[in-house]
Amino acid sequence: MERKIRILIAKPGLDGHDRGAKIIARGFRDAGFEVIYTGLHQTPEQIVAAAIQEDVDGIGLSILSGAHDYIFPQVIQLLQGKGASDIVVFGGGIIPEEDILSLKGSGVKALFVPGTTIEEAVKWVRENIKPRK
Amino acid sequence: MFKEDQLKKVQEEKKKWGGDLSKMLSETPERLPRFTTVSDLEIKGLYTPEDIKGLDYSREVGFPGVFPFTRGVQPSMYRGRLWTMRMFSGLGGPEETNKRFHYLLNHGETGLSIAFHYPTLMGYDSDSPNARGEIGKCGVAVDTLKDMEILFEGIPLDKVTTSMTINPPASILLAMYIVMAEKQGVSKKEIGGTIQNDMLKEFIAQKTFMLPPRPSLRIIVDTIEYCTKEVPRWNTISISGYHIREAGATAVQELAFTLADGIAYVDAAMERGLDVDDFAPRLSFFFDSHIDFFEEIAKYRAARRIWANVMKERFMAKKPRSWMLRFHTQTAGCSLTAQQPFNNVVRTAYEALAAVLGGTQSLHTNSLDETYAIPTEEAVTIALRTQQILAEETGVTNTIDPLAGSYFVEALTNEMEEKAWDYIRKIDEMGGMVKAIERGYPQMEIAEAAYRFQRQMDANEKVTVGVNKYVTDHPPITIWRMRPEIEERQLKRLQEVKRTRNNGKVKECLGEIRKASQNGENLIPHIINAVREYTTIQEICDVWREVYGRYTDPGYF
Repeated sequence: MERKIRILIAKPGLDGHDRGAKIIARGFRDAGFEVIYTGLHQTPEQIVAAAIQEDVDGIGLSILSGAHDYIFPQVIQLLQGKGASDIVVFGGGIIPEEDILSLKGSGVKALFVPGTTIEEAVKWVRENIKPRK
Repeated sequence: MFKEDQLKKVQEEKKKWGGDLSKMLSETPERLPRFTTVSDLEIKGLYTPEDIKGLDYSREVGFPGVFPFTRGVQPSMYRGRLWTMRMFSGLGGPEETNKRFHYLLNHGETGLSIAFHYPTLMGYDSDSPNARGEIGKCGVAVDTLKDMEILFEGIPLDKVTTSMTINPPASILLAMYIVMAEKQGVSKKEIGGTIQNDMLKEFIAQKTFMLPPRPSLRIIVDTIEYCTKEVPRWNTISISGYHIREAGATAVQELAFTLADGIAYVDAAMERGLDVDDFAPRLSFFFDSHIDFFEEIAKYRAARRIWANVMKERFMAKKPRSWMLRFHTQTAGCSLTAQQPFNNVVRTAYEALAAVLGGTQSLHTNSLDETYAIPTEEAVTIALRTQQILAEETGVTNTIDPLAGSYFVEALTNEMEEKAWDYIRKIDEMGGMVKAIERGYPQMEIAEAAYRFQRQMDANEKVTVGVNKYVTDHPPITIWRMRPEIEERQLKRLQEVKRTRNNGKVKECLGEIRKASQNGENLIPHIINAVREYTTIQEICDVWREVYGRYTDPGYF
C-alpha cells in the first residue's frame, strides 16, 4: 500500500496571521494527508530541518507580512543545500501578482492567493505531490 | 415593557399572520433553508413585542451615560462630540510615517494610531537576523527613541492623542512616548493615548507573543500601576476583540473572550493591591466591525451592559467611570476581498455605520487596497472620507442609539449577552482566562469557527461577492511597495545611534531592568531611564527573554 502524502505546513518569519495556515492544515488532514504544522515564527533554517526530520513530501509556506520575497527563496536554497530539493515547495498568503512570477522562477511550485478553496488546494497536492520513496 | 392584554393581542395576531405566511410559503418558499448571521447565528424572519416581553427598560436599557450604558457611555453621544477618527498608520521608516501622519491630520483625522513593523512588534531591532525581509513592510520601523523623535516631528503631543498597537514591548514604547513628550516640553500628566498592551489576546489570536502568559501579565500590571499614578490621561490597555474576530471567531466568541480577558486584567491588578476605582476608568476596549450589520450593533450594546454589570457586581467598583466600556472600532479586514477591490469601499462604509450606530468612541476604516498592502495615500483618503460622510452628511449622529426599542435589535442584544455569559462562566470554571489559554480552549474554539466558516464559503452557503458569486476579472490596482533604501537608512541610523550614545549608561540601565525583572519592583521607571539613553527595544526585550524565557506557539489547529 502506498503511504500517505506527508505535508509540512509552515509559518515563517514574524507574521502572526495563522488563520489560513490552520485552515489548510485541517483541510489537508480531513483530505487524508498526514499534516505536520510547525506553529508560528519559524526561521527558514528551522523549517527545512523540520521537513527533513519529518521526511515530508511537500512544504506549504503561509505568509501574509510581505516577507515572502526573502523567505520563500531562502527555504528553497536551504533545501538544495541539504540535497532535499525533491521536497515540493508551495505557498499561500498575500502575494502581489508581480511577485508570483519571480517566486515561481525561484522554484516555488504553486502559490495560492485569497479566494482559493480548500478543495482546490487539495486537488493540486494530489496531482503534484507524490509520496517520495 | 408591554401590558398583558397587549401581548395577548400580539400573540393572537401573530398566530393568524403565521397561518397566512405558511400558506404563502407552501407556494413560494423562502430563498434559503436557514437565515443566519456571518457568525452562523440563526435569525428569525420577524421579531415582535413577544421577543422582548421580559425586557426591563430601566434596568437593562436605560439612558445613555447611565448604568448599564446599553445606549452609550456619554449622555449626549455624537451630538456633543463625534467619535475620534483614528487611522491605523505605519509604513516604511519614521520619515514616511511622519509624512502620512501630517497628511491625515491635514485631511481631518482627529487622532493618531501607529502601526509598527513586525520586528518592533516582536521585540527585535531592525539589525536582528529575525528582521530579515520584514523591515518597514507591515508598519513603521522603530528601534530607539531616535525613531520616535522623527516619527512625531511637528506633532504637538499636548494636542493630539495617540494609540499604539503594541503588545510585548508596550511598556517600552510608552516610555519612549513619555520621554519624547518631555523633550517637547509636555509633561506625562498631560499626554493622552492608548497602548494596546493586551497580551492575553496575543496568545489567543494575534500571536505577537514573546514571554509566557504570567510574566507578560506582570509587565502589564506594572504599566497599569505606573500610569494610574503618573500618566493619568493614558489608557493603560486596549482589551481587544478585533484580532480574536479576525482570526475567525464568531461575534459571540469575540465578545465573550474579550470580556473574559478584561476580567483577568482586573483580577491581576487587584491582586497587586490596586483599588479598582483607581485604574478601571482607564481600561479601554477595541472591537471589530464585521459585515453582519445588526449582529455587530447588538454586540456593542451587549458588551457595554455585560461590562457594567461585571464591574459593579463582581468587582464592586463604585465610580460610574469604572463601569463604562469605552471602545475603539476597526472595520473588518477579514471581510475585505482581494478580488474586485473597489467593493471594499462599500463593505467598509456599512461596517463603519454599524460601529457608529453601536456607539463607538473612535474608529479606523480600512482602505480598499489593504488586502494587498499598506494603503496608498489615495486609498486611505477614501477611507477617512467615508467616516466624514457618515459623521457630517448622513444624519445618523443626530439621535442617540437610534435602534434601541427595535424588537429585533433588543432581542439580539439579549441573545448575544446570554451566549457570551455562557462562555464567561465556562472560562471562570476553568479557573480564568490564563488557565483557559494554557489549555488551548479559546484557541481551539476559534480554529473550529474559522474552519466551519471556510467550509461554508467553499460550499457557497455563505456568499462573498466577487469571491464565490458574481466572479469577474478586475484590473490590477496600484499598491504601495516598500523601497529598499528605507531598509538601508534604518540600519544605518540604528548603527549610528549605537555608536554615539553613552554605552556605559545603557549597560547600567539594562542592569537595573534585569534587577527589577527579577525582584518584582515596578519596571516602568527603569524602562524610561533606559530609553532616554537610546537603549534599543531588542536590548530590553533580550533581558526579559533571558529572565523569563520565551513563549513558543503550541500550534493548535
